Amino acid sequence: MRYMITLSVTSQPATPPPAELMEAIMKLGEEATGAGVMLDTAGLAPSAQGARVELAGGRLSVTDGPFAEAKELISYALYQVSSKEEAVEWTSRFLRLHRDLWQGWEGEADIRRVMGPEDFAAPA
Amino acid sequence: MFGSVAVTIEDPRRVIEAVWRIESARVVAGLARMVGDIGLAEELAQDALVAALEQWPESGVPENPGAWLTLTAKHRAVDLLRRRTRYERKLREVGRDLEVRQETAEAELDDALDDHIGDDVLRLLFTACHPVLPVEGRLALTLRLLGGLTTQEIARAFLVPEPTVGQRISRAKRTLAEKRVPIELPPPAELPGRLSSVLEVVYLVFNEGYSATAGDDWARPSLCEEALRLGRVLAGLMPGEAEVHGLVALMEIQASRVRARTGPDGEPVLLGDQDRSLWDRLLIRRGLEALGRAEALGTLGPYGLQAAIAACHARARSTEETDWERMAALYRVLAHVAPSPVVELNRAVAVGMAYGPARGLEIVDGLGAERALRGYPQLPAVRGELLARLGRAAEARAEFERAAELTRNERERALFLTRAASTVDGAAGTGEG
Repeated sequence: MRYMITLSVTSQPATPPPAELMEAIMKLGEEATGAGVMLDTAGLAPSAQGARVELAGGRLSVTDGPFAEAKELISYALYQVSSKEEAVEWTSRFLRLHRDLWQGWEGEADIRRVMGPEDFAAPA
Repeated sequence: MFGSVAVTIEDPRRVIEAVWRIESARVVAGLARMVGDIGLAEELAQDALVAALEQWPESGVPENPGAWLTLTAKHRAVDLLRRRTRYERKLREVGRDLEVRQETAEAELDDALDDHIGDDVLRLLFTACHPVLPVEGRLALTLRLLGGLTTQEIARAFLVPEPTVGQRISRAKRTLAEKRVPIELPPPAELPGRLSSVLEVVYLVFNEGYSATAGDDWARPSLCEEALRLGRVLAGLMPGEAEVHGLVALMEIQASRVRARTGPDGEPVLLGDQDRSLWDRLLIRRGLEALGRAEALGTLGPYGLQAAIAACHARARSTEETDWERMAALYRVLAHVAPSPVVELNRAVAVGMAYGPARGLEIVDGLGAERALRGYPQLPAVRGELLARLGRAAEARAEFERAAELTRNERERALFLTRAASTVDGAAGTGEG
């Protein structure tokens, strides 16, 4: 099963991310890659550099970032694991690093299953 | 010693299963180094798992579940070794080791345990795939020890009764103990042969999953994912081995077609007829990257060559845009390093596409006497395709009907019969699964 995990920050400390955190994140990433479960990951530039295209009431509108929202999407990762709980465990490890190494940082990670061949299999 | 994490919506049992899947290979591998016996190491790890199943639903899931399992298992190992006087020497080593570790701050615990873990896992994999074991024993032991699969899961995936798998595993462990197979990496002189045994096991697991058909329990196709995962782990542990990257590349590229190779009613779809928009671009990209790593390390071996062939398909937007000349050349090399009638038959397909059906037919007709291909439905199927392209419709139809007679797969039979019915003068097609 493939899961996409998106990470959003809800409270960003004034201090820059500590070097120890970056190192720990890198190590965890290596571990997940080495375990053969992380397929892809990347950080996202601030939404100030992005835009939003909306369809509402039959009209398209384009708005430049930043998006006025309480949370900002900052990264994504794709995991191939055998259960949702496994994806939850890897994600918990990731957030634990933030808790332990970057005082005041708060955020949330959404875990969503990517549809795969199992969703399109013919009925038995 | 650990704070609890608030897991309200999660079933602790399923959390334990997940942690076990992530950690078990490393736990067992570390224990195997300590006690020098795979069966014993697994028993100790199982004890820790049972302890988790008993305690976590009450106490909550520990803050660092992997470290908890490892530490619990090591405590049991120490207890066991203490009881066994003949392990006196090891007891001292382990006891000292453990004292140091207990003093280590919790945050550093992982690092301390991780030091040799890569090597431990590699040793465990080479031991589980030791040639002293029969192939089915290697498969079951590898999935059990390296994949953390239960006996029941392995049985479901391989369509065999659970006791059979249990016997294969216990017999394999006993053989390793009786033959005193050391839990070590092979000496350099033996490495190529031993590595190819490991790669063979991984690819057999993959193919078992790949051969699953519609209606099969999902445990079967998920073997593809497990084989890919094992391959990626191995590539991380042996980054200098071209064939490891070659095998990973081959599996990633083959897995990329899973969605396209079955039609809406579960019928097989041949490669040439697949909707390429259904191919998994991420797996293709990963496969091509792995192939690049294999190529950068030197000459491609059999897996690398098959991956390079698969890559010709993966890179092409259609059958017509496929680099058939390159593929025919790659098959020629493959036929040289790993000769087999099946490779030769596939070469005929590529040659037929690159240089015309008559040239392909020459190769196929040269194979007519091959004993290994007797009863192999792909032989008449390929011959049929080549004849159809030559406009020899009646002969082609007879070949497709022959292929339909030979196959034991109902879906495939239907496919060949459809092909026979649609073969009229001038109709063309490609034939590769």
